[in-house]
Amino acid sequence: MTDKTAGGDVRLSGISKHYGTFTAVHPLDLTIPQGSFFALLGASGCGKTTTLRMIAGLEEPSTGTVHLGDREVTDLQPYKRPVNTVFQSYALFPHLSIFENVAFGLRRRGIKSVKKQVDDMLELVQLGQFAQRKPHQLSGGQQQRVAVARALINHPQVLLLDEPLGALDLKLRRQMQLELKRIQTEVGITFVHVTHDQEEAMTMADTVAVMNGGRVEQLGAPAELYENPGTTFVANFLGTSNLIEATVETAGTGAAAGSGSEIVVSASGAVLRLPASRCATTPRTGGKLLVGVRPEKISLVHADEEDTIATGRNKITGRIADSSFIGVSTQYVIDSQVCPELEVYAQNIERDSRLVPGAEVILHWNPEHTFGLDAAQSMLAGTMGDAGIETVEESA
Amino acid sequence: MTTTAAPPEAPASTEPPVHRASLRKRLIPYWLLLPGILWLLVFFVLPMVYQASTSVQTGSLEEGFKVTWHFGTYWDAFTEYYPQFLRSLLYAGTATALCLLLGYPLAYLIAFKAGRWRNLLLVLVIAPFFTSFLIRTLAWKTILADGGPVVAVLNNIGFLDVTSWLGMTEGDRVLATPLAVVCGLTYNFLPFMILPLYSSLERIDTRLHEAAGDLYARPATVFRKVTFPLSMPGVVSGTLLTFIPASGDYVNAELLGSTDTRMIGNVIQSQYLRILDYPTAAALSFILMAIVLIMVTIYIRRAGTEDLV
Repeated sequence: MTDKTAGGDVRLSGISKHYGTFTAVHPLDLTIPQGSFFALLGASGCGKTTTLRMIAGLEEPSTGTVHLGDREVTDLQPYKRPVNTVFQSYALFPHLSIFENVAFGLRRRGIKSVKKQVDDMLELVQLGQFAQRKPHQLSGGQQQRVAVARALINHPQVLLLDEPLGALDLKLRRQMQLELKRIQTEVGITFVHVTHDQEEAMTMADTVAVMNGGRVEQLGAPAELYENPGTTFVANFLGTSNLIEATVETAGTGAAAGSGSEIVVSASGAVLRLPASRCATTPRTGGKLLVGVRPEKISLVHADEEDTIATGRNKITGRIADSSFIGVSTQYVIDSQVCPELEVYAQNIERDSRLVPGAEVILHWNPEHTFGLDAAQSMLAGTMGDAGIETVEESA
Repeated sequence: MTTTAAPPEAPASTEPPVHRASLRKRLIPYWLLLPGILWLLVFFVLPMVYQASTSVQTGSLEEGFKVTWHFGTYWDAFTEYYPQFLRSLLYAGTATALCLLLGYPLAYLIAFKAGRWRNLLLVLVIAPFFTSFLIRTLAWKTILADGGPVVAVLNNIGFLDVTSWLGMTEGDRVLATPLAVVCGLTYNFLPFMILPLYSSLERIDTRLHEAAGDLYARPATVFRKVTFPLSMPGVVSGTLLTFIPASGDYVNAELLGSTDTRMIGNVIQSQYLRILDYPTAAALSFILMAIVLIMVTIYIRRAGTEDLV
């Protein structure tokens, strides 16, 4: 077989998939570097699984090509591709023992002495003593590990994981995330992981592609995506963002300028500043801009202590509408003229007893932590509320 | 004090009604079973007991039959009619194999490839049941008639040479040959093969096919290693539903066969209704039942289906 040939990147060039008039994936170019842990992140129906299945050969692209290294595999049947898949429901063969499930790929390639390899692989996923059991005798987490072992034993060039942790409960999922990450580091194979769980994507992957409506919205390292979202969808889907609609006072020199230049905007009397380098669009003086800031970047003080705030910080006044104590932090919802329902996460280091619902407060943060987005898009895109994701899917 | 005194009294007063309710609940399954059990008792167990006693009687119709515990009837019946027993098993076995060969691809198609035609195809599979069994079998008499188009075609393509070499036909006739009887049996029992096959194929998760393909199995290997093993429950129940009634069938041999193709069902029927030798007829019925039971037991053991369901 060809799996031992020097690997290479997975290259998707202009691949798309139509079902009748519905477009599941719009023409897409994507390069997945060899040996990386790559996540395709998005809500259900965003085309991430279709993209994965096109790499596996289970779905034929309507247009475009798939390359593994230098080899074009677009028209290759799945059984001829040096890739293996961990299916969402595991798809273990119910009539075969765990040993035979794991040995399946090796036997199909005519390898006779599979015992040692299978035993080693079962050791790697810590299931040595279950070799003779049937899949239905194992728990969900164990079945999941069998599915990983069954794919990995073939040393594929790329391992495709289709929501592999979706069926597991939260605690087990966390454990398996670390486990998968450990295995990936150990074997050094390219992993392409499809998930709708942003936390999962951020913990595990080196690179995340956020998909929405059959398109890649943004691609980058988890921290990069989180700190510098390019669209409201990414801003809302990865974590939570406070988005404020504002009018541009001074346009600066746009995203291309050096880090020194600043954009000044105003929203209902509040004047906010942000670095031009963190603005995903080119602002025009007098035009609209969406200004965003993450809830954990914001500090909260009681209105009486306004003079303690250092100069040069972005400031907004408001009133606490709601607060919930969740242990490590307290989450506040602030009503302000600038924006209803601003979220603020405050670490519970020193709690000010005056910060209770109804209190007048001032929110302030470092202008460096502000990002700017094109105001032409929906502020709700990618939010967990029904309006957000549904609208996004319909418009796809 | 008051808190410790209260509990012992409470259960004593509430226990009887709780107990009665749970007893009623436990009896419900038996009430539900009752009609079925009565039915089986009247129409299955009682006739069986009656037949068993008939089989050990001796006498004649004029003088009346008496229970004499004469088990020799069994041996006599078996030695006299073993060719018919063998023939029954052979015809039923051949028909079952043909049903499997014809039915499996069809069930596979309906389960995996038919899409929106699935329900229509299933209705077509059972459509023959809307016509009487007898009429359909009589229709085969016309289809296979001497000099008819079917026989002419079979003759021209040399099919009849093959079957006559196999001893299933003679000359250029199909009617009144073993082939005709096997065709009739195959036709009549085909739906009983297709339906269980369909239901077990339909339950197979198609993602298993994808997974096997993903693990380097070619389509033919996917079938051999995944689809077929997983459809074994359907294969077993389909073959049983075909083989068991086919081995006791007499209508096909009666209408499409000749005196040389008599099956054990025909013998039993004529013993009962023409010769009026009830003990022999009853003994033959029990021998057939025993043979089928033994064969089925061995078959199920060998097929190892308890592992699959």
